[in-house]
Amino acid sequence: MKISVTVNGTRYERDVEPRTLLVHFLREDLGLTGTHVGCDTSYCGACTVLVDGRSVKSCTFLAVAADGAEITTVEGLAADGELHPVQEGFWERHGLQCGFCTPGMIMSSVALLEENPSPSEAEIRHALEGNLCRCTGYHNIVLAVQYAAAKLRGEQPPPADWEEVGA
Amino acid sequence: MTMYPRKFDYVAVGSVAEAVEALRATEGAKVMAGGMSLLPLMKMRLLSPTTVVDIGRVPGLDSIEDRGDHLAIGALVRHADTAANELVRTHAPALATAASLTGDVQVRNRGTTCGSLAHADLAADQTAAVLALGATLVAQGPSGTREIPADEFFVDTLTSALEPDEVLVEVRIPKGGTGSAYDKLGRRGGRSDYAVAGAAAWVERSNGTVTAARVALTGVGTKPTRARGVEEAIVGTDGSASAIEAAARRAVEGVTVLEDLYGSEEYKAHLAEVYVARALAAALG
Amino acid sequence: MSTTSVLGGIVRRREDPALVRGKGRYVDDVKFPGELAVAFVRSPFAHARITSIDTSAAAAMDGVHAVYTIDDVRHLGPVPAQVPIGTLRPLLADGTVHHVGEAVAMVVADDRYVAQDAAELVVVDYDPLPAVVDLEEALRDEVQAHEGKSNVLLTWHGQDWWPGVTDELVDPKPQIEEAKAREDTVVVSLRMTNQRLLPTMIEPRVTVANWNGGYGAFEIWSATQIPHALAGAIGKIFGLPSNKVRVVAPEVGGGFGAKLNIYPEDILCAFASQQLERPVRFVETRREAAVATIQGRGWVGTATLVGTRDGKILGYELEAICDMGAYSHNFTVAIPALGLFVAPGQYDIPTHYELHCVVTNLPTTDAYRGAGRPEAAYYLERIIDHYARTIGMDPAEVRKRNFWPPDAFPVTTSVGLTMDSGDYARNLDALLEWADYEGMKRRRDEARAEGRLVGVGLGTYVEVCGFGPSALAGLGFSWSEYGMPSAFNGSGVVRVNPDGTCTVIIGTGPSGQGHETTWSQIVAEELGIELDAIEVLHGDTAESPFGVGTFGSRSLAVDGTAAFEAASRVRAKAAKIAAHLLEAAPEDIRFADGGAHVAGSPDKAVTWGEIATSAYQPHTLPEGMEGGLEATAVFSPPNATWPFGAHLAMVEVDPDTGNVEILEYWAMDDCGNVVNPMIVAGQIHGGIAQGIGQAMFEHAVYDEDGNLLSAALMDYPMPTAGDLPSFKLNRTTTPTDVNPLGVKGIGEAGTIGSAQTIVNAVVDALAPLGIEHVDMPLRPRAVWEAIQKARG
Repeated sequence: MKISVTVNGTRYERDVEPRTLLVHFLREDLGLTGTHVGCDTSYCGACTVLVDGRSVKSCTFLAVAADGAEITTVEGLAADGELHPVQEGFWERHGLQCGFCTPGMIMSSVALLEENPSPSEAEIRHALEGNLCRCTGYHNIVLAVQYAAAKLRGEQPPPADWEEVGA
Repeated sequence: MTMYPRKFDYVAVGSVAEAVEALRATEGAKVMAGGMSLLPLMKMRLLSPTTVVDIGRVPGLDSIEDRGDHLAIGALVRHADTAANELVRTHAPALATAASLTGDVQVRNRGTTCGSLAHADLAADQTAAVLALGATLVAQGPSGTREIPADEFFVDTLTSALEPDEVLVEVRIPKGGTGSAYDKLGRRGGRSDYAVAGAAAWVERSNGTVTAARVALTGVGTKPTRARGVEEAIVGTDGSASAIEAAARRAVEGVTVLEDLYGSEEYKAHLAEVYVARALAAALG
Repeated sequence: MSTTSVLGGIVRRREDPALVRGKGRYVDDVKFPGELAVAFVRSPFAHARITSIDTSAAAAMDGVHAVYTIDDVRHLGPVPAQVPIGTLRPLLADGTVHHVGEAVAMVVADDRYVAQDAAELVVVDYDPLPAVVDLEEALRDEVQAHEGKSNVLLTWHGQDWWPGVTDELVDPKPQIEEAKAREDTVVVSLRMTNQRLLPTMIEPRVTVANWNGGYGAFEIWSATQIPHALAGAIGKIFGLPSNKVRVVAPEVGGGFGAKLNIYPEDILCAFASQQLERPVRFVETRREAAVATIQGRGWVGTATLVGTRDGKILGYELEAICDMGAYSHNFTVAIPALGLFVAPGQYDIPTHYELHCVVTNLPTTDAYRGAGRPEAAYYLERIIDHYARTIGMDPAEVRKRNFWPPDAFPVTTSVGLTMDSGDYARNLDALLEWADYEGMKRRRDEARAEGRLVGVGLGTYVEVCGFGPSALAGLGFSWSEYGMPSAFNGSGVVRVNPDGTCTVIIGTGPSGQGHETTWSQIVAEELGIELDAIEVLHGDTAESPFGVGTFGSRSLAVDGTAAFEAASRVRAKAAKIAAHLLEAAPEDIRFADGGAHVAGSPDKAVTWGEIATSAYQPHTLPEGMEGGLEATAVFSPPNATWPFGAHLAMVEVDPDTGNVEILEYWAMDDCGNVVNPMIVAGQIHGGIAQGIGQAMFEHAVYDEDGNLLSAALMDYPMPTAGDLPSFKLNRTTTPTDVNPLGVKGIGEAGTIGSAQTIVNAVVDALAPLGIEHVDMPLRPRAVWEAIQKARG
C-alpha cells in the first residue's frame, strides 16, 4: 500500500505491507534508527514517537494507519544541531546509561512538558510509567525532566542532589 | 513469541456504513480504532483477521457531546480525551478516573474508550465505570443502529454483545445522580497498570438518604459485572461509613471470582470489598 | 577548570550527545547489504522427546532460504561455557527438549515477518516426559531433568570449595553445633525463597553474522558484554584462527549479565551466514528473551543463626537449593559460589554453607546483576534482622557488635578469602546519623500508635568484585572453551596522536556504564590532556587489546587500572621528549593544561601536539629513542576488591490491600575512590531499583509443567518511574590497595544492598502482627495473605 507521511518535517512516500508496524517502517524503510524496539506488548515505550503531536507507541501502530500523519522522532528534536532542552536535561543530569530506552523516554518527556510545563515529581513519574528503564532507577530521569522544565520556563535548573554528595 | 503479525488486508474506510459493509462482506474481518487491544493480539498471532477495517479516519466520531440528558462519547474518542474532558469530569467522574487509569500515557493517547469497551477485557477500567453509570452503547450494523444497555453488553471474557458486522459508534452516559467514582489496585500496587481489582460506583442521594446506586467490578470475575447485592444494601441507608462497610461485604455476591497471578479468589473477593467501599465512599463524599 | 583535576570530579558523559539524539549505533541499527533474518521454532514442552520434525513446508515457502535442525549443526558441538559442569546446550534440541522455549529449528528468510510465517509451518511432534520444576523435587532426584543424569550437579561447601584455596580451613560446623546446644544461646531459622528473575535489559539480544568467503573471515556484530570471548568461541567452533573473527559490540542496550554468555543463536547465525554466504541477523523478541536468555537467582533455602542474648553471633549456616535450569551456560554453577565468597558478609562469624546446584527443566540461570552475592546478602541480612528482633535488640546495634573491626584488614574470612579493606562501623554510623535513624524509628513508632503499618529496615552488604586475580580464573574456569587464556586481566592502549589528541582503546564491553567518560578522566588526569581531546574506543576485537569483558563490577578496577598504567608509560616517554625539546631534565617536566612545562618556568612549555609530532619524527627525538607515543598495559590485580555499604528504608503497608509504599530510601555505599561521582550515583540508583524490583514486583513464575506464566512484560512487572521514590545517596571512602587508583567497583552494589533492606522494612512494618517473614516479591497479594494468616 502506498502511504505518505511527514517525519521530522520531511515528506516520504513509500509502499508498505499492511502488516508493517510503524516502528519497523521508521527504522527499516526510513533508516531512522533512533526509535527502538524493546518489547512486543506495547509495554516498554522504547518505540515512543509523536504522531500528530501526541506520544504513541510505534510498535502498536500500523504504518498504513499513519498515512497522512505528521511524525516526530528523537532525530527530529534537535533544531539546527542545538539539543532540545529535554535532550540537554538527560545529558546534564545523567538521565541515561545504556541509552536504549532514552529516545522513547525523551519523547514522552517532551510530550509531558508540552502539556504541563511545571510538573511535580509525582506527575513526572506518573507520566513516564509507559517507559521502562532498567539502568537509571528513574532518579536521574526525574532530574532530567525537571532540568528541562526549568530551561523551557526560562529558569535556572535546580542542582542535582549528587552534585553535593561525596566523602 | 513473535511480534510480527500475519498477513492481512487493510481498508481505511470513510464512514461507518463503509466499515459495516466491509465487515459484512469479509469473513474474519476486524474493526480497528486505536488498535491498542487488537494489534497486540495480532502481533502475538493469537488473532489473525483477514482484513483490518480501520475506522480511524471516519469523520465525526471523535467528539464528546452534551445531548441534554446524556453525554455521547464517539468511537474515536481517546482515553486521554475522555479523562480530560470537562463534561465527563463533571457528569461522569467515575469514567474520567477510569480513563485516566487505563494503560499509560501513550496507550491513552491512542486507544479509544469505545475500543476498550468493545474489547471487553475482564480487567478493563472503563467497563466498570460504564456499568455503574448505566450507560447505553450504540452499535451500527447492516440493518441500522441499535442501543445496547451496558448491563447486556459484556457477555463474557473478551466477548461483547456486538455482532461481527457491527461497529460500536458511541457510548451514551446518562447525566444525573449525586456522584460517581472509580478506584482500583494495579498489578504493581498503586493505581497504575492492569487492575487486579477495581470498582466503580454511582449514587443518588436525597435528603441524606441514598435513593439509588449502581456498583460494578472489574478484574474480579470472568467479565465486568454489577455488584447488585451492594446496590441493594446501600440504597435506603444514610451512606455512612458503616453503611458502606456493610454494603461492601456483598461485593462478590453472584460473581464467579477468578484467580490469576496477582490474586487468589479469596484475595480478589476481599479486594472487591475494599474497592467497592472506596468507590462508594468517594461517590458519596 | 583545570584539565588535571578531573579525577573525582563530575564530568558529563562523553557517550551522551549521540545517544540523546537517537544517533547511537546499536547492533540492530547497523545494516549489511543482502541481510537475511532468522526465526526459531521453540519447544512448547519443558521435557519431551522429539519424535519428528517436518521442515518441508517451511523450506518450500517463498522467501525462505534455509531451515536448519540439529542434524545440520551437530558437528559444531554444544554452546561453550567457562565452567563446563553440567550438560552444555546443544545448538538446537538434540532428540529431547529440556525446557520450554528451547530452540528446535531455525528458519532463515528474507525478513523477520517472513521468517516467522515459515517457522509456523515447521511441524514438530513431541512425546512429553515428566518435567522437573520444583527445587525440592529436583534435589530428591527421583525424576530426572535429563534422562539418565543426576539432577544434582554439585554441592558447594563453605570450607571445601576449592583445593589449594581452602586446604587449611577448619569447618566451623562443630563449633556452630556446640553453640546451638548451649543453653544461653538463641537459635533462629527462616526458610526463604530468592525467586527467579528475568534480567530484562531493554535491548533484547541481537546478533548479525557476516561471513566473507573471499577473506575467509567473519565479521560479527553482537550486543555482548564479552566481545573477545565471542570472537574466540566462533573461531574455535568454526576452526578459524582468532584473527579471522572480528566481533563488534557497539552501543549495547543494557546487559546485567544476560549478555555475558555465548548463545546458540550467535553460533547459528554464523553457521547460516557461512552456508548461505549472506549476512544473517537474529533479533530477539521480548517474550523470546523470557525463555531463551539466561535468568537470574532461583534459590530456596534455610538460614540459621545462633547467638547470645546480648547480640554476639556465634554461627551462621545456610543450606540452599540453587536452580541451574536445564543447561549450563557460561558461569552457571559458579554463580552460587560467588554467594559463598561473601557468605559471612561484614561480620566476623563462623559460617557454614551448603549450596546444592540442581538441574531443572527450566531455562538456564547464570549471572544476573549481583550474581550470587545478592542471594548471600539477602539470606544473611534477613536472618540477622530476625535474630535482632528475637533478642529484642536494635538491628543496627546487633550488626555493629559483629562487624570486622577496621584494623583487622586485610582479613581472611571463614570461607578462606581475604578482604582488602573495610570500615563497616564507620559506614553504618555515617548512614544512621545522616538519615536520622533514631528520628525515623520515632516517626515509625508514632505511626504505629495511630494503627498504621510503618516499618524501618536496614541492610548491609559486602561485595566481592573487580575480578580479579588471574589465579582465581585459573582455578575453575576453562576459558579455553572460548579459545581464550584463563585470565581476568585488564588491558588498555593509550596512544597520543601526532596532533596531540589521544586515543584510548580498552578491552571491556560496556553496556551503559560510561567507560568512555571514566577512562577519559583517568587518562586526562595522568597526561594533562583535555578531556575533549581524548577518544575512547571499545568493543571491536579488531582494534582493541585482548579483554575479558564487562561483568562482575570489574572494569574500572582492572581495565581502568591498565589504562592508567598505559597512560603512565606514555607520560614517562613524553616527559623525556619534552625535556629534550625544552632542554631540561625529564624529572623537571610537569604536565598540565594540554602540554608540558618545566617546573618553575611555565613559559618553557610545549603542547601535547608538539611532543607527539616530535615523537613521530625520529630526527626530533632524543638519541636512540624509538618513535611513536603509545603504550599497552595489562593489569592483573593481586586480589579482588570488596566494596560494602549499608542501606535503610522506610515503608508503609496498606493493611486493607497489602500494598507496600516506599516512603524513604537511603544508601551509604563505599566503593573506594571515585572517578566520577555522577556515574557512581547512577550505578547505585539503577542497582537499587533492580533490587527493589526483586523485593517488590518481579518473579518469573512457572506452572508445574514448566511453562513461564510471566513471559510478557505485562506479567513481569518491573518497576516503573511511578513505583519508586527518589533515592538519597551518600558515600564513605575506604580505598583499596589492590590497584593504584584505589577503586573497587560499583556496578552491582545497589542491587546487592537493596532487596533485604526493603524486606526487612516490610517485615518490621508487619512485626506488630507477629509476622516474621514474607517471601519476595512483596506484591500486595503476598503481604495481604501474610496479614490474613497472622490474624488467623
